[in-house]
Amino acid sequence: MKKNLTARVVVIVLTILICLIGIIDFPKSGADLKKNISDNIRLGLDLKGGTHLVMQVHVEDAVKADAEQSAERLKEDLKKQNITWNGMDVNEVTRVEDADQIALSVKGVPANQSSAFRSLVAERYPGYVLTAQNSTDYTMKLKASELLDLKADTVKRAVDTIGNRIDELGLAEKSVQPYGSGTTYQILIQLPGVDDPARAKELIGTAAVLEIADVKDGPYASRDAALGQHGGVLPLGTKLVRSKPRGPSEGEQWYLVNKSPVITGREMRNARAGQDDMRKWETSFNLSPDGGKRFGRYTEANIGNKLAVVLDGQAVSVATINSKIEDSGRITGLGTEEEAVDLSRYLRSGSLPAHVETNEERSIGPSLGADSISEGINAGVAGLLAVVVVMLVYYRRSGVNAVLALILNTVILLAAVSYFHAVLTLPGIAGIILTIGMAVDSNVLIFERIREELRSGKTVIAAVDNGFNKAWWTIVDTHVTTVVSCAFLFLFGEGPVRGFAVTLTIGLIANIFTAVFVSKTIFDYELSGGRQLQELSI
Amino acid sequence: MELFKNTNYDFLGKKWPFIIASLVLTVAGFGSIAMRGGIKYGIDFKGGALMTVKFAGPPPLEKIRSMMPGISVQNFTGAQASNEVEIGIELQEERQLSTNRQKMENALATTFGRPNSGKLDFNNASQQAVIDRLREPLARNGVAMSEPQLQKLAADLLNFRNTPPRSGLIADFNQLSSVPGVNSGIINTLKQECDLAPYTVIKTEMVGPKVGAELRTKAVLATLYALAGMLAYIAFRFEWIYGLGAVIAVFHDTLITIGLFSIFGEAIDMTVIAALLTLVGYSMNDTIVIFDRIRENLKVSRREPLESVMNRSVNQTLSRTVMTSGLTFLTIIALFLFGGRVLHAFSFALVCGVIVGTYSSVFIASPIVLFWHNYTDQRKKPRAPVVAASPSQPEASARTRPTRVVK
Repeated sequence: MKKNLTARVVVIVLTILICLIGIIDFPKSGADLKKNISDNIRLGLDLKGGTHLVMQVHVEDAVKADAEQSAERLKEDLKKQNITWNGMDVNEVTRVEDADQIALSVKGVPANQSSAFRSLVAERYPGYVLTAQNSTDYTMKLKASELLDLKADTVKRAVDTIGNRIDELGLAEKSVQPYGSGTTYQILIQLPGVDDPARAKELIGTAAVLEIADVKDGPYASRDAALGQHGGVLPLGTKLVRSKPRGPSEGEQWYLVNKSPVITGREMRNARAGQDDMRKWETSFNLSPDGGKRFGRYTEANIGNKLAVVLDGQAVSVATINSKIEDSGRITGLGTEEEAVDLSRYLRSGSLPAHVETNEERSIGPSLGADSISEGINAGVAGLLAVVVVMLVYYRRSGVNAVLALILNTVILLAAVSYFHAVLTLPGIAGIILTIGMAVDSNVLIFERIREELRSGKTVIAAVDNGFNKAWWTIVDTHVTTVVSCAFLFLFGEGPVRGFAVTLTIGLIANIFTAVFVSKTIFDYELSGGRQLQELSI
Repeated sequence: MELFKNTNYDFLGKKWPFIIASLVLTVAGFGSIAMRGGIKYGIDFKGGALMTVKFAGPPPLEKIRSMMPGISVQNFTGAQASNEVEIGIELQEERQLSTNRQKMENALATTFGRPNSGKLDFNNASQQAVIDRLREPLARNGVAMSEPQLQKLAADLLNFRNTPPRSGLIADFNQLSSVPGVNSGIINTLKQECDLAPYTVIKTEMVGPKVGAELRTKAVLATLYALAGMLAYIAFRFEWIYGLGAVIAVFHDTLITIGLFSIFGEAIDMTVIAALLTLVGYSMNDTIVIFDRIRENLKVSRREPLESVMNRSVNQTLSRTVMTSGLTFLTIIALFLFGGRVLHAFSFALVCGVIVGTYSSVFIASPIVLFWHNYTDQRKKPRAPVVAASPSQPEASARTRPTRVVK
């Protein structure tokens, strides 16, 4: 019994040490201690201040782009095989839910060429399902599995891109992750400490879409001047873009560019700033194999023409095509290093595969955060003090056990938050409050049982043993029921509900340890040592 | 110290006043919800934009109401004590998110600030904005600073502005002189470059209506699944009727709390859901403790009528129930009184929940089990003198209550 007790004490002391290290590390001074605590126990946006954005990725853009690219390829394939057609288009959709409706329709394929057409599609476009509308018209739709993959991939790439863009601006903490169930295609962006969402959104570039398009005409000094050149109407299939001014002295410049780009951000793989042999700044870039082929064909036929790099409808750079460019090329003749670095950043980060839209935006100012932390701590301390006082008055000496167990429980919970790199949010604190409530309850249950046993005339040692044994199954039942419900909350819940479930589960496991194991050990320790206690202070 | 020693109250005999009280509360809650045209959701679940603005003095509510002609100002919670105002507007579609925020900010700036002075509004400026604004003027005024020094200065200034008692608002630049490293040159540059509007936006929340509906469905579903999970576990450990009784009891607590929210005009948002989940956990815990004692007592006294076993169990756990509920109540009252506005709705839900949750274990969950057992016993032994108590015959059940075994 004695040896067993020693072993238990060792386990408890080790646990306390490990937990304390998790919370405070090895501080060297008072200020260090404070800093370590705030580093290890990270507070959520709702307590600390910051920006929280949920963005909808319009995956239908990617599906549509895929269909359009297939249409371009198909046109060439059909030409090669001398199959004729008289119409090909992709339907317009604007809602995410309608992404599955996107289809490429091919009209007017002569009936005698239908078998050639069918075998071409089956061989060259295995991802598509071909349906005949009548003897000459067809629709092509992505297979369900391909569609799912494409949509999931689009969200993943949007997450990467947005993450990269935020990295470029060197924020200490950030989190970008897919959000919601698999069918909502949303991204959650959390930027602690950024309380100015206009800036946050500027970083993310809500709708940044990168295109490289051929320049039809320009530059013009203003939009009106451009329109004036074309009799007030823009030529079919073109649009006007304004170029990004290089300095305050530079006036407006407008270019007329082709509406459908040669290359989009989807095909951009990488870009770097560098210097050429003459020490002049340039930006080199790489394209995907598919994009490279298309770009090669286009540049070969258009040497001497101009290309514009358009980001979000703004021309960030305009360059002349000097030679055929396939999967890697350079934009040369840039004025400064800054210009080259900026351009490489635009090219690299501009590859959002679809446009994104803000669905949810919350920004909590740091002053509110500071207020809620101080108020929350005050309230928590006041509540805990009240509990401690009542426990000590009501259960006297044994109340100390309960208070120790309660403190240890809180320490373990905070250590778990630190070790799991979790963030403490308001719902998480709700979980902690329920944990403390149930921890108090476990102690009360045990103590009341011990009192009952003492009343029925048992010796102190027997009463303590019986009290713990009888309360044990009640404690197990209450805890398991709550953990079961937490499991469901975690599986089916969203963000805040999950935070609640996680802290509560950790707290309850810690509670079984502190309220039963630790508290029993303290009782055993008091009752050991040869003293035959006639009375227990409870 | 002991409060309850060998008590012997007839709890189950006094169930009707409580059941009636529960019914009255539920009906009143639902009545209030119906009168208000549905549950009042916070913007988490409804979608919309909400801006919390703190003013230097008492908020000029009339002026705020009249300042935004383009968008409807929907609700106001004029917290006079902290000089804060919530300005809310509805959002019809996701696209309006950014434009509406801009509109609200502009309206505030033109009504209360001096946007045309060309100065930076220090009370609403971000750290980066302060750095960018001060960099050149400081150099011009002869306060030489390296970039890291400038960043630290801006961080310190804003930190001072944001900590209580300023809480985001300063009234005079001279207040900043107590910030370490600030000298008169810096104060003068601030005065020259910046302005102090008498308000600061401390929180902006914007949720698109689609996301709102989605969050709502998910929260409700998660809670229902969690309840089903608890029912299954209790049914496995006890009998299925115990599981049903416990789940009906916590469901009852949730309904009453939602009703009370409507009666007091409080909105239900994501933090309230966390509070509701907490009270479900709390109430369930309370119920299981009593059920556990009933099960234990049934093992030793099989011949005793169930009602008297239940009464005895409730009496035996009374001391524990009062202690635990009392202590939890203490903690939550502290949160409610001192926890501040962020925790207000949350602690309100818990205050309601603890009261309702405690009595529901005794007066809702246990009677359900009792009714069921009396009902099945009567079907097994049709000539037994016990008449099944049914909800429509309260007097009859009181009269035909089996004789109590008093120990």
